[in-house]
Amino acid sequence: MQPFYIIVFLILFPLLLAVASLVLRPLAVRRGVAAPAMWVIAAGSLLLLASTGGDHLFFKVENVILEDFILAAEVGMGLLITYLGLSSKRYFIVLLGAVMTTMTVFFDIIYPPTTHAMHHLFIDRFSVLMALIIGILGTLIINYAIGYMAEYHEHHREVKDRRRFFGFLLYLFISSMFGLVFSNSLKWMLFFWEITTLCSFFLIGYRDDRQSQDSAFRALWMNVLGGIAFSAGVAYLSSRTGIADLDRMILAGSPEVMIPAVLLAFAGLVKSAQMPFSTWLTGAMVAPTPVSALLHSSTMVKAGVYLLLKVSPILNGGPAGICIACIGAVTFLFASFIAVSQSDAKRVLAYSTIATLALIVMCAGVGTYNAAWSALLLIIFHAVAKSLLFLCVGVVDYKLDSRDIEDMDFLIVRMPKVAAMMNIGLAGMFLAPFGMVISKAVTLKALVDVHPLFGVALAFGGGTTMFFYTKWMGKTLMVKATAENREGAISVWEWVTLVVLAVLTIAVCISFPWISSRLIDPYIASVYGHAPTLERSTLILIVVIMASLLVIFPIGVLYNARRRDYRLVGPYLSGGNVNETSFIGAMDRTVYPDTRNYYLSRWFGEPLLLKGGLLCSGFFIIIMFGVVIL
Amino acid sequence: MSSLKRSPWVLHYNASSCNGCDLELVATLTPMYDPERFGIINTGNPKHADIFLVTGSVNARNASVLQTLFDQMPSPKAVVAIGICATSGCVFQEAYNVLGGVDKVLPVDVYVPGCAARPEAILDGILRAVEVLERKRLDYKKSPSVAAGEGKLTA
Amino acid sequence: MNPYDASVTNIVLRVIAYVVLAPLAGGILAGLDRKISAWMQGRVGPPVLQPFYDVSKLFRKEKIAVNRFQNFFVFLFFLFMIFTGSLFFAGVNLLLVVFVLMLASLFFVLAGFSVNSPYSHLGAERELIQMMAYDPAIIILAIGFYVVTGSFNVDGIYQSGREGYLIAYLPGIFAAYLYVLTIKFRKSPFDLSMSHHAHQELVRGLTTEFSGPHLGLIETAHWYENILLLALIVLFFSFNPLIGVMVALLAYFAEVFTDNAFARVKWQVMFVSTWVFTIMAGVSNLIIVHYVLRR
Repeated sequence: MQPFYIIVFLILFPLLLAVASLVLRPLAVRRGVAAPAMWVIAAGSLLLLASTGGDHLFFKVENVILEDFILAAEVGMGLLITYLGLSSKRYFIVLLGAVMTTMTVFFDIIYPPTTHAMHHLFIDRFSVLMALIIGILGTLIINYAIGYMAEYHEHHREVKDRRRFFGFLLYLFISSMFGLVFSNSLKWMLFFWEITTLCSFFLIGYRDDRQSQDSAFRALWMNVLGGIAFSAGVAYLSSRTGIADLDRMILAGSPEVMIPAVLLAFAGLVKSAQMPFSTWLTGAMVAPTPVSALLHSSTMVKAGVYLLLKVSPILNGGPAGICIACIGAVTFLFASFIAVSQSDAKRVLAYSTIATLALIVMCAGVGTYNAAWSALLLIIFHAVAKSLLFLCVGVVDYKLDSRDIEDMDFLIVRMPKVAAMMNIGLAGMFLAPFGMVISKAVTLKALVDVHPLFGVALAFGGGTTMFFYTKWMGKTLMVKATAENREGAISVWEWVTLVVLAVLTIAVCISFPWISSRLIDPYIASVYGHAPTLERSTLILIVVIMASLLVIFPIGVLYNARRRDYRLVGPYLSGGNVNETSFIGAMDRTVYPDTRNYYLSRWFGEPLLLKGGLLCSGFFIIIMFGVVIL
Repeated sequence: MSSLKRSPWVLHYNASSCNGCDLELVATLTPMYDPERFGIINTGNPKHADIFLVTGSVNARNASVLQTLFDQMPSPKAVVAIGICATSGCVFQEAYNVLGGVDKVLPVDVYVPGCAARPEAILDGILRAVEVLERKRLDYKKSPSVAAGEGKLTA
Repeated sequence: MNPYDASVTNIVLRVIAYVVLAPLAGGILAGLDRKISAWMQGRVGPPVLQPFYDVSKLFRKEKIAVNRFQNFFVFLFFLFMIFTGSLFFAGVNLLLVVFVLMLASLFFVLAGFSVNSPYSHLGAERELIQMMAYDPAIIILAIGFYVVTGSFNVDGIYQSGREGYLIAYLPGIFAAYLYVLTIKFRKSPFDLSMSHHAHQELVRGLTTEFSGPHLGLIETAHWYENILLLALIVLFFSFNPLIGVMVALLAYFAEVFTDNAFARVKWQVMFVSTWVFTIMAGVSNLIIVHYVLRR
């Protein structure tokens, strides 16, 4: 099968599904279409992997009608944003929308560029990797959403049922994500970029209450700002150098393309919620969980770092690159710190996502081949584990009516299977031998090679990461014989997704040597000249540890569950035990001891640290632009 | 000499004592009398302890506590009643709330009378309990289930 | 003869030596600790072999538990502690050793969490804060070795150290490591979660609900860990391992002395002071070494 047709299929087929979602009224029909259709998309991504044996492939799509349509859509989006700003009386957005529309009109209609993109679409191993993530994870998450949204509307009867629009948005988003990673023409990439911004806006505002609207508009203005920077970069590039292709821009290298590269990098920073633009992501957690999992952890924010990694060779670790790395370092530190004081599970996951993305940003800024290699590893491992975590939290949220970590006591007894999978996800985020730790080790080496202070940031942030994840793990692993099981009535859709994701988290770690040699190493070699290798002994050890854990854990759990040679006694409550969970207190009252986690909000509280993070990162952004312009 | 004899860890509980024996007991556990040379450590946790040191004449309220703490101690274990109140209730025997000694609730192995019991006597009592422990250990080795079944006396 | 010869037999011998000898050495060190503390307090103290008597007694006690799964975590802690020590002596990537060490400590913390007991949870939380306090210093240690020797592998570091004087390049990092060693050895003033000498409720927090054989396993695992930590000190002195071992023993003695000289501090003090000291001593050392070696 020709790769070109697969790409076009991957971009257009979800569009078809989007329309179908809007048009088909009965829920069962929509579900009946959605389920197999999504697996078709996943199959498409896999087929793409199988069919591209070699390196980069480029495709030209010469179609005037298509170009005009894209232009019209761009103008339309600008007008839509302006309208949204007007109708909600947020005048900054009106301004941004106006600027965006004017720029499109000016640079594409009034003064059209003299040169056009030579190749509009392309494939290389990195985009295949992204396509796999979008196709497989996107499929799984939409699968989950089918079951989840039914429950969502049961719990939130006050929210209008706009599931057809929701489905439309999700499919449109997937289509534009595919378009984004396969675009070689910068104009096309910008077009898809803006579509994802709008999808995100509507999805965050799904609930249509005050808080959601605020968060949605914040996401909108920040990402539109990034989009304006993107189009300014594109316009500057084509007017100064006549380049309109991504690959030609990367090949041209510095210094002519430096300013556009930095502008694109800025857009990437905003999209991946680095400080000072992190608040749109933390605010976006009001959206339904599938949205958080799909957009705000596995795919859309990855588009931001994707762009950064693409322009990283241009920055080549120079002053602008180092500034970007510093932004990443600041964001990583502050986000990891703030997560310590958060008890809302989704917020913790949001800050953890920002922190991981910051690691990738650090790698992109530093620009060595080692760093790029570890960045790609981070992308894969993070996407899988984080979406698993978000989806588990979604299920727990409904069964326990709370997504606060403090309410997840005894989860391993109340919801054993979900808790087990949640712990796989949690372990996958920071524990050896899971992938994130491998990538952290590689990243550490890559960063220290440039300057040890980056490694120091990793050291401090890593310590706090362990803290906030372990106390969550501990909460879920508390055992009490008398807790009731609340695991019933979880839909098949959700179960399938959760199980597959849990298996993937483990599989991706075990098969990482294979992934690295087939996909990542060749890509890095083609862009940077040589590919790094991890020492064989370390690789073998990691696989050994993982395999042994996989064997020891189930056997150990089963063995211990059946042991009868222990005499069971109560916990130590100074001898005043009444039963397993209570003791006799003063005045002969029965007291139920309860422990809460430490949140250390005096030092790791959000208000103070957020301000600090915004200031520090803002400082580096100013320097980044200054260094490039002057 | 078995390791149990060389490493007796104690748990101290005050069952409504006047604190006199407790003061003497705590003094015994200080560097002055150096119980650690025998391997004795004062743990605050029944799950870590081998010898249960009880002072005070025991009332209805702390009978259940005594029982629970004794339950939470792993076998082989021994109980030492320190002070004459713990032995028999002494002058408080007739009071309405006093049960009259630890052996009304638990199987006591060593009695250390005195009011307050002297540190040397207490130390001697603990060491005698160690001897008792040694005998219990051999019993426990022979039939753990029987030995584990001890301590089910109700107050 | 070069003990870090990379041949397979050599590696196997080293690992076996660690697995068999480390608990013996660790136990004797623990016994010496108690004996020296006793002398400092003007008393006779237990025999030096006391820890072995303690552990052997524990293994013969009745098996009791609060729930059936808590001991599995202790077993995993024990297993991975031996594994990480073996990894270190086999000479692999130091970062991997550190991460597996963190994994092992994590199993210990989870063991504390898995029991439904307030003292246990409190101990587990404090253990986590301790880990957060000393983690940066350990990773900065690994980074420091890498910057100076160009290798993350233990055997590579050891080889490079034989020619140069690692301690001369990394004094600040060494100082920071000694500082966090007080936390890792569970000695005052930083013995918050599972104090080595105090045995009462709050401060034995993490081990409150463990008894008998598994308490013995915890103790033995700590002996393995202590040998690993002291071996890290020897790594700084690989130009003359004998000096390294003497420095390690001296450091151990210093820890015992500190334990007896200071009272326990609040966890806030421990946490802040550890991070501040790590930055002042460790990070500054790192930056200096980076610029010195770049020339």
